[in-house]
Amino acid sequence: MNLLRIAAAAAVLALATPSVAVAAEADMKFPAQSWSFNGPFGTFDRASAQRGFQVYQEVCAVCHAVKQARYRNLDGLGLTAKEIEALAAAVTIGDIGDDGQPMERPGQPSDRFRSPFPNERAARAANNGAYPPDLSVMVKARAGGADQLYALLIGYDQAPADMKIGDGMNYNKYYAGHQIAMVAPLNDGQVDYADGTRASVEQMARDVTTFFAYIAEPEMEVRKRLGVKVVLFLIFMTGITYAVKRRVWADVH
Amino acid sequence: MAGLHKSDIPNPVLNWIDSRLPIFTMLQKEYGVFPTPRNFNYLWNFGALNMVNLVIMIATGIFLAMNYTPHATMAFDSVERIMRDVNYGWLLRYVHANGASMFFIVVYIHILRSLYYGSYKNPRELLWILGVVIFLLMMATAFMGYVLPWGQMSFWGATVITNLFSAFPIVGESIVTWLWGGYSVDNATLNRFFSLHYLLPFVLVGVVFLHIAALHITGSNNPLGIDVKGPQDTLPFHPYYTMKDSVGICVYLLVFAVLVFFAPNFLGHADNYIPANPLVTPAHIVPEWYFLPFYAILRSVPDKLGGVLLMFGAIAVLAVLPWLDTSPVRSARFRPVYRILFWVLVVAGVVLGIAGGKPAEGVWVWISRVATAYYFLHFLVILPILGKFERPLPLPESISRAVLGAGGGGPIPGGAAAKPMEKA
Repeated sequence: MNLLRIAAAAAVLALATPSVAVAAEADMKFPAQSWSFNGPFGTFDRASAQRGFQVYQEVCAVCHAVKQARYRNLDGLGLTAKEIEALAAAVTIGDIGDDGQPMERPGQPSDRFRSPFPNERAARAANNGAYPPDLSVMVKARAGGADQLYALLIGYDQAPADMKIGDGMNYNKYYAGHQIAMVAPLNDGQVDYADGTRASVEQMARDVTTFFAYIAEPEMEVRKRLGVKVVLFLIFMTGITYAVKRRVWADVH
Repeated sequence: MAGLHKSDIPNPVLNWIDSRLPIFTMLQKEYGVFPTPRNFNYLWNFGALNMVNLVIMIATGIFLAMNYTPHATMAFDSVERIMRDVNYGWLLRYVHANGASMFFIVVYIHILRSLYYGSYKNPRELLWILGVVIFLLMMATAFMGYVLPWGQMSFWGATVITNLFSAFPIVGESIVTWLWGGYSVDNATLNRFFSLHYLLPFVLVGVVFLHIAALHITGSNNPLGIDVKGPQDTLPFHPYYTMKDSVGICVYLLVFAVLVFFAPNFLGHADNYIPANPLVTPAHIVPEWYFLPFYAILRSVPDKLGGVLLMFGAIAVLAVLPWLDTSPVRSARFRPVYRILFWVLVVAGVVLGIAGGKPAEGVWVWISRVATAYYFLHFLVILPILGKFERPLPLPESISRAVLGAGGGGPIPGGAAAKPMEKA
């Protein structure tokens, strides 16, 4: 009984405290979506993530860097080594040649995703002074996680009549202050999905969010699978340890 | 005094060592047959849990340091590299990050247990003070560790906390510049924080050793808070408490594992996955959850210096607690009024924690003030007076009487002290 009480108290402590910190930062509510990667057994929907990769390549990559990811990481989306090699080879990577001069070469699986701009200043110069942030860990860097990213992508709308939108800014329901420099990135039918899925804004937003959830936590599936084993083992271990403890204590109670 | 120790260990090799350096005799004495009150409840697990946690933190920390780069332009990326490219790097980092939270959960329960059962009272005052020193070292270590990933909260947390020292008149600004190693939180600050974050845990190990040494002089307190009167009140540490601690360790690891594998970022702050940017201030700068009560105390005072002094005072007051509490009775079980006030204090602490996570405005400022006032009132006014007026319940004659019932029903396990199970 004591044991249970302590475990419960620890759990309550663990659960009650963080919501405080989270509540402090998120002033907006983002509609909860049912993601394939939610929950203790969640996995990434491969087909959706692959479509999302296509959206990233054709839309996001024009402005946003994803510099923590490497082409070889795409194996987690179900791409084969051959496909990844071909994908990487299609990209031109800036490098230094044997003669010490800047040169360009085809990409390799070990290369980081190619950034659209050489540095932040170049990115700002090309984007009206706004900096398109790196998206490598974006899903983890927002309190609302994947829900928040998805909401932002579908959150573009007509500004309310009484709201003054700044020069070069756009109205978005799900952005702090409701003014965002990024133009609505997704429009119906913007990409041609190879698998024939209809490319609605919602569909593309969902797919690209799944892709970025994977890119933010490529280890997630391994982590959860290992977690299930560890937790099962510890439950067994707790049981057997408790039984031994009862046995040891039997003669002094 | 000089001369070989007479070891009775049969194994000749161990005997040879033990005669020259009696570590095995010591282990047997301090952890084998060490007489321990027989009536511990599971709250007495938390000292052992702290020890396990410290070892986990040092072990994972050493491997993380092999892969981490303490440079302002590379720290964030090196942490991401650990997460992505180092074999099981994500596991190391998540265990280390959540281990900090687990450490504070465990240490807070350990402290509250001492408060409830009066473990800080004579003759354990020094033991308790060493505990307060450990707590301070832990806080410093955790704070500096949180800076290392060099995310937005790392950077701005470091800025806010180091700036606290500027509140001191005349020397304040100089102290801050000295702490930073420059005129803002920058690479020099990150470098020294990394160095200190690696150093302090080993200082911690030293103080923990003293804490345990002092414990083994006075012996443990127990839920009844009365002194051990003889062998009938105790059990050898092994196998009874090694086994009972093992149960607690399993449950602790279970909670830990659920956090690490299924909610590794639950206790963290999303903003720390944004690389540090001195030009962009986060909307709300909040410390990690375990500092929130102290953060609330800091912000409850309109004056900066006052807030800083009060925050440090909140811990300093703990150090003198053995002399503030005037009641000779240790355990709250026999202190009907203190037993209630203890829970009021816990509520005040939780309220402070919640208030610390909210923006310092409106009603939350007043809630923090009331809770802060109560916190100090509890220690500085209520405890000194309460000891004089409270009528404690009658204390049991001895631990064995209380545990085994009057007349010591059944065979009194005087033989328990010589139980031959420890070599199993």
